[in-house]
Amino acid sequence: MTIQPVILWTDALIYLLLLVIIFFVVYARKHEHLRTPWRLVWRSHLAMISAVFLAVFVIIGLLDSIHFRAGFETPASNGVTHYSGEVESLFDKLVAPLGENDEKSYSAPFATHLYSKETKILANGRVVQVYPRLKYAGKQLANPELDRAADMQTRFIRAFWQAGLLWIVVSGLLVLRLTRYYGENYRLTLVKVLRLRYQVPWLTLLLSLGVVVFLLLLAIQLATVYHIFGTDKVGQDVFYETLKSVRTGLVIGTLTTLVMLPFAVFLGTMAGFFGGRIDDIIQYVYTTLSSIPGVLLIAAAILALQIFVANHPDAFSTIAARADTRLLALCVILGVTSWTGLCRMLRGETLKLREMDYIQAAHALGVRSRHIITRHVLPNVMHIVLIAVVLDFSALVLAEAVLSYVGVGVDPTTMSWGNMINSARLELAREPVVWWPLLAAFIFMFALVLAANLFSDAIRDAFDPRIRK
Amino acid sequence: MLAYIIRRFIYAIPILIGVNVLTFMLFFIVNSPDDMARAHLGQKHVTSQAIANWKQQHGYDKPLFYNPQTSGVNGYSDTLFFQKSVGLFAFDFGVSDAGRDIGADIKQRMWPSLALALPVLLVGLLTNITFAMLMAFFRGTYLDITGVILCVVMMSVSALFYIIGGQYLVGKLLHLVPISGYDTGLQAFKFVLLPVIIGVIGGVGAGSRWYRTIYLEEINKDYVRTGRAKGLSELTVLFKHVLKNALVPILTGVVVVIPTLFLGSLLMESFFGIPGLGSYTIDAIQQQDFAIVRAMVFLGSVLYIVGLILTDISYTLVDPRIRLQ
Repeated sequence: MTIQPVILWTDALIYLLLLVIIFFVVYARKHEHLRTPWRLVWRSHLAMISAVFLAVFVIIGLLDSIHFRAGFETPASNGVTHYSGEVESLFDKLVAPLGENDEKSYSAPFATHLYSKETKILANGRVVQVYPRLKYAGKQLANPELDRAADMQTRFIRAFWQAGLLWIVVSGLLVLRLTRYYGENYRLTLVKVLRLRYQVPWLTLLLSLGVVVFLLLLAIQLATVYHIFGTDKVGQDVFYETLKSVRTGLVIGTLTTLVMLPFAVFLGTMAGFFGGRIDDIIQYVYTTLSSIPGVLLIAAAILALQIFVANHPDAFSTIAARADTRLLALCVILGVTSWTGLCRMLRGETLKLREMDYIQAAHALGVRSRHIITRHVLPNVMHIVLIAVVLDFSALVLAEAVLSYVGVGVDPTTMSWGNMINSARLELAREPVVWWPLLAAFIFMFALVLAANLFSDAIRDAFDPRIRK
Repeated sequence: MLAYIIRRFIYAIPILIGVNVLTFMLFFIVNSPDDMARAHLGQKHVTSQAIANWKQQHGYDKPLFYNPQTSGVNGYSDTLFFQKSVGLFAFDFGVSDAGRDIGADIKQRMWPSLALALPVLLVGLLTNITFAMLMAFFRGTYLDITGVILCVVMMSVSALFYIIGGQYLVGKLLHLVPISGYDTGLQAFKFVLLPVIIGVIGGVGAGSRWYRTIYLEEINKDYVRTGRAKGLSELTVLFKHVLKNALVPILTGVVVVIPTLFLGSLLMESFFGIPGLGSYTIDAIQQQDFAIVRAMVFLGSVLYIVGLILTDISYTLVDPRIRLQ
């Protein structure tokens, strides 16, 4: 099968961001003053646990950001490959049966039958109302009512043993690596890991890895034969939908920051450093922007974009490209509305730094302003930037849901927690109630935001000099 | 003091002009009136005559900044910018795209918004302060740590879940209060009760954690140590001395949002069917009624700036060390 890679705008930016982060990690490893606070972060149990869960979300998001169009040849095309109009991601391929096993309509989690009755004509001509069997879920069961519980139990136990074995192997390898790192024999290292005698809580890392591996294997065992979060109105697997929403949440949470950072850092340090007229202008700009209610500015800009897209249908080759443009636009607009807070903080900090002796000395030695800013001011405000970035992340993920509900969030065709919650509103009003899409969106969104909140707390505690002392 | 306030109001003018020009650009230059007409009339089978009619009906058929067809001052006043934007400065909001008087709508709808937002603010403030005081009193113990973790957990739940969950649980399952709707006068109480409770619960996590850090900063100060050294009980220190000083940052943080209470809460109002300005705005966004969105942007900015000025004044009232000049 031939494929044609598709690089959406947000994909490109995500990988750019990944490069920036890798560069920062390499840079931070070489500098002791940056390594010290990070060491403090890894000593925290909560930071360790949340980092493991965040890593799972990030891996899902990254896999879901490699897009391509599948190629196919038809007899009529004479060897010329045509490409499907549908853009798929590597993640779709990995979880392949999930995205394709569509049922007819709503079905409850782990159900083997549809949620609503259908009319069926029996062989003897009688008309009855029955719950029809699902096309894909539970089709390995001959007698679903009796066998389902036993089947789920076997799968649960199988996942448990698999996870246990995998966990022992991984733990053994990690301890082996640690023996070399700490230069002690295997037995001693193992005992010290188990009794949390090292500064880094390796046991916490191992236990949370174990939980993650178990959940992953359990999902593999169960999701291949059941819809573990049921199906939605058009019969799509809700679990698949919520996994796809991970990327949307991450894109909003991270790319917004990428958009806003240059503005905030450049303008904030300029205003604080130069003062005078430049300061007045920059202050005027951010006061004006921050005085407009954020959601209204976003709404105005998204309405403008909608009209632009409606008037230029040719500019977008696929539905995915159109949805992606809207996602990117949302990030840009959120960035424009949210840089003012960080800019104000950086301005204040630069004002303070400007009066410091070492900067006065640099002035006296004739160092150019450009160099003073890049070499003396910027490194000293970086902790503020880092704290602001991680604190903003969870707020932005939550904001996506609200904006999608208002109708100015991501494109309706993009899978996102906001869109899922939005449709859940009507589903809750149904009789009988359809509650599982809301539950799925809730669990995943809560897990991501909680992990991000706990991790950002640990970062703030380690980097904020006021808290550290 | 008076001179300072007057000067602050004068400073507000260029900011409001900036807001005005920005929204004008978003609504008239990025989207031309032709686009707006097409959005309202539907994309297909729209004749240019229909577009011209729509523009003329809604007063969008004028040039942007300068009208060469009329002479003198009229050249500037008979334009879109003057007709649609300058009027806002006199709080003349004009007519919505659906033909209603926006000013009258706003006057009528701001009271239900206030009836919901004010109790949420006051009850929320009281709850947050109480929880924060408790956590500060038991600081360092397991009670404090559990409280902080609970706050982070509550912060991590989307506001939408609080609303949907609360509405479903209390309104639909327990049938305690109506799910949505509104009534005037005292009858409004039963409609507002559930939204207020949900609003307070939704804000308690972030609020009490923030107030707790304010207390803890205050507790480490010298005057607190002096108080304890004099032999005052921990309760007296906390409630008589720390609380008063910690209220300074808390109150000034609250004052800035007081004027914006009139704007209401977008989510709450639309979920609970309260006819306030929040649901008004959401409806306008969903119906693409640009005139209303423009009016609300301007009103929001004005109220925000008023809030900033009130904050500065409140600083001088609660902290005599601060003088405005």
